[in-house]
Amino acid sequence: MSAVDITKDLEHATLVVTSVFPAPPERVWQLWADPRQLERWWGPEPYPATVVDHDLRSDGHVSYYMTGPEGDQHKGYWRVLEVEPPTRLVLVDGFADADGEPDDDLPTSRTEVTIEPLDDTRTRMTLTSIYDTTAELEQVLAMGMEEGIRTAVGQIDALLAED
Amino acid sequence: MGATLTDERADAVFGALADATRRDILLRAMGGDLGVSELAQPYPMSFAAVQKHVAVLERAGLVRKRAAGRRRVVTTDMDGLRDARAVLDHYEELWRGRVERMHQLLGEDALPSRPDEPDPEERA
Repeated sequence: MSAVDITKDLEHATLVVTSVFPAPPERVWQLWADPRQLERWWGPEPYPATVVDHDLRSDGHVSYYMTGPEGDQHKGYWRVLEVEPPTRLVLVDGFADADGEPDDDLPTSRTEVTIEPLDDTRTRMTLTSIYDTTAELEQVLAMGMEEGIRTAVGQIDALLAED
Repeated sequence: MGATLTDERADAVFGALADATRRDILLRAMGGDLGVSELAQPYPMSFAAVQKHVAVLERAGLVRKRAAGRRRVVTTDMDGLRDARAVLDHYEELWRGRVERMHQLLGEDALPSRPDEPDPEERA
C-alpha cells in the first residue's frame, strides 16, 4: 500500500515524513498548491478542512478551518516562508482564534517540504516538521483531534537504546 | 485524552532533552542506583555543573531523586518520558493520515475513465 516513512526525533521535537508517489513532481505540488485538493487531505478524520485564503507566495497567507463532528470549527493558518514550485515549500503552520488571527497560545510548527523526481514516473516528497516546543503542545491534544493516543514503552526503550 | 503534558512541561521536557549530557544522564539513571556524584564521574565538568543538569531533568519530570538507604539516588521517570513521546506520536499519526490521503487523491488520477471500454488499438 502507500508507503509512508516517518522518523521522530524527540530531542529536537522534529518529525521527518518521506513518501514516494507514482506521479510527476508537478502533480504532487498541486496537492499543496490547489486549495480544493489541499482540503481533501489536510484535515484529520473527522475534521475536514475548508481553505479560505490561499496565497502561496513568499510571505503569503493561507487560512483554513476544520469542522468537527459537532459542527465545531477550528481555525488555522500558514505563514508561507519560501515557495519554489514544484520543488520546495516552507511554511509555519499554526492555529488561529475565532477571528482568524494567529493564536499565540497554541503551538506552531515549521514545515519544510521538498519534492523531487526519483525517476521518470515517481516523485519523492520529504517533509520536515519542527514543533515549537515553547508553545502549549498539550492543548492540541486536548482539542481532541485524535482518538486515543497510544504510547508504547517499547518505543521509548528503543529510542533510549539508540545510544 | 491520553497524554497529559502541560505547556510548561512540554517546554521543559524538550528543553531538557536538547542537551547531549542530559540525554546521557537520563540513560544512565535508568538503573536508578546512582547518586549525583556517581553520575558526574564520566563527564569533564564540575560536580556543580552536573548537579545543574540533573536539576533541569528533575524540573522537566524526567528524573526523580529518591532515598536509597542513606544515599540519594537519581531515577529516570519513564512516565515523564512517555508523555513527551506522546506529543510526537500524535503528530506522527496526523501526518501518516495526511500522506495516506494524498496517495488516495493521486490514486484517483490513475483510475481509467472508461474501465469497461476495450482498447481501440487492440480491437483493430
